[in-house]
Amino acid sequence: MKAIITVIGKDTVGILAKVSGACSSANVNIVEVTQSVLQDMFAMIMLVEIDKASVGFDELRESLNKVGEDTNTKIHIMHEDIFNSMHKI
Amino acid sequence: MLETKDILETINMIDNENLDVRTITMGISLLDCLDEDIDKACVKVYDKIMRSAKDLVKTGEDIEREYGIPIINKRISVTPIAMVSAPCQSKKVVRFAYTLDKAAKELGVNFIGGYSALVQKGFASGDYALIESIPQALSETDFVCSSVNIGSTKAGINMDAVKMMGKIVKQTAEITADRNCIGAAKLVVFCNAPEDNPFMAGAFHGVGEADTVINVGVSGPGVVRAALAKNGAGKDITEIADMVKKTAFKITRMGQLVAKEASKRLCVPFGIVDLSLAPTPAVGDSVAHILEEMGLEVCGCHGTTAALALLNDAVKKGGVMASSHVGGLSGAFIPVSEDAGMIAAAKSGHLDITKLESMTAVCSVGLDMIVVPGDITAETISAIIADEAAIGMVNTKTTAVRLIPAVGRQAGDMLEFGGLLGSGPVMPVRAGSPAVFINRGGRIPAPLQALKN
Repeated sequence: MKAIITVIGKDTVGILAKVSGACSSANVNIVEVTQSVLQDMFAMIMLVEIDKASVGFDELRESLNKVGEDTNTKIHIMHEDIFNSMHKI
Repeated sequence: MLETKDILETINMIDNENLDVRTITMGISLLDCLDEDIDKACVKVYDKIMRSAKDLVKTGEDIEREYGIPIINKRISVTPIAMVSAPCQSKKVVRFAYTLDKAAKELGVNFIGGYSALVQKGFASGDYALIESIPQALSETDFVCSSVNIGSTKAGINMDAVKMMGKIVKQTAEITADRNCIGAAKLVVFCNAPEDNPFMAGAFHGVGEADTVINVGVSGPGVVRAALAKNGAGKDITEIADMVKKTAFKITRMGQLVAKEASKRLCVPFGIVDLSLAPTPAVGDSVAHILEEMGLEVCGCHGTTAALALLNDAVKKGGVMASSHVGGLSGAFIPVSEDAGMIAAAKSGHLDITKLESMTAVCSVGLDMIVVPGDITAETISAIIADEAAIGMVNTKTTAVRLIPAVGRQAGDMLEFGGLLGSGPVMPVRAGSPAVFINRGGRIPAPLQALKN
C-alpha cells in the first residue's frame, strides 16, 4: 500500500531530515518527494511505500505527529487512494 | 504522481472546510426473524443485528484512520418493525424498540433506524400497534429512530394515517418535554420514503433490499461554500452550477471509495451512495450559507427557492457520475435546527415555515427539524404533514416532516438540543383550523402522475 505524507507549516531547518528519519526508522520506503516554499510556508509531499513497514499504521502516524509537534508543522499520512479517487477519473 | 495542488486541496477540505463522510449505515433485513412468540422474535432480532454488525464500528474507525477521512456516524437500519412485529399480535410491540436500543448500545453505533411502518395505502396487521407505540418507544430508548410513510405517488395519501401522525408527533414531544422534546426529533413522517436511505431519523431497510447492505451518506456543504467563495466572484449562474458540480463530484468520489472499502472489509454488498449535502450546526457547514454565497443577502429572501433548486440539481449531476450506485435522498438537506445559516435566518425572521415549504418542493427532503409552538393542535400538525406529502406525491419525490412541538414555548423562544441536532427558534405556524378537513379521514387518490404504465 502506498500512502501520501504531507507536511505543512513554517519553514525551519531539518524538517525533511526529521520526517525521513521517522520513515526510515519504521522501514518505510520514500518513493517520491516534492516540496515547495511559498514565502516562508513550507509544503512537502511524500509518496511512501508502507507494505514493509516495521510498525503499524497508527504507530507510524503517531511518530509523524510527534515530528510535527517538534517542528511546529502539520503532518498528515493518508492512503494514496483517497487522492486518486477524488482527483483522477 | 499526483499534483501537489490536488493533494493540498483535499487536506484543506478536511481540515478547514468540514469535509466528512456523514454516515456508514448498514442495512439489515429482519425478515428471517419473524416469530409468533414476541420473546423469541426479540431474541432473533437481537442476535441477527449483533451478528451482522459486530465489526461495523471498528471497520468504520479503521477506514477513518487509514484514509484520513472523518466518518462521523456508524448506523444501522432494519426492516420496518411493523412487519417484524405483525405475527406476534402483541400489544407490547415497544419491546422491539428496547431490543434495537440494546443492540445499538452494545455495538457502539450512533443510531438505529427502522422502528417504522409503511401505511401509504392502508394499515396492515401490526402497523396500527406500532404507530401507537412510537411515543413510548422514542421516550424510553436513546438510539432508536422511527419513521412512518403515509403517502406515495403510486398510492396517494392515507389521510387516516396523516390524522393519526399529528397526534403521535404531539404526544412524542409531550412525553419527552423534560428532555427538550427530543423524541419528536427522532420521528419522521414520509411521502415516497426511499428504502435505502442511510440518513436518520428516516432510515429503514426496505423489503426489496439484500439481506445486509452498506449505504454511505456523504456531506460537505462547507466545501461547496468555500469553492464558491474562492472562485465565484463575478461568475454567472451557469459557471456557479458547474463549480457546484465539480465539487460534488469530488465529495462523492470520496464517499464511493469509503463505501467500497467498507463493503469489502465487512463482506457485505455495497448498496448506494447518498449524494446529500447534510449541514451541521458547526460554523462553515451550512447549506443556507451556500445560498447566501450565491448572492442572496439572507436565506429566505426571494430567490432562495431558485438558488436551492440550482444547488440541488448540480449536486446530483456532479455526484451521479462519481458513484456506481446512487440512491437514498440525494440532494441538499434543509434541517433548520442543524444549519447555522438557517437558524440565523429563522431567528431574524427572514425564514418562515411557508418559505421553507416552497423550498421543499425543490430540495431533497422536506420540513426538517422545525420547532413549532407547543400549543399547536394535532390537526394543524396533520395538515402540515398533508401539505408536505402532497408536494412529494405530485412531484414524484421524497418529502418528509420532522416537526418538534416545543412544549411550553411560544414563537420566538429557542429550543436547544445540542450536538448534531443543534438548536432551533420556535417558528409560528399559520392561523386557521384545518380540523374538519383532517378529521374526514379516507385517502387522497393517487395523482395522474402515478399512471405511467
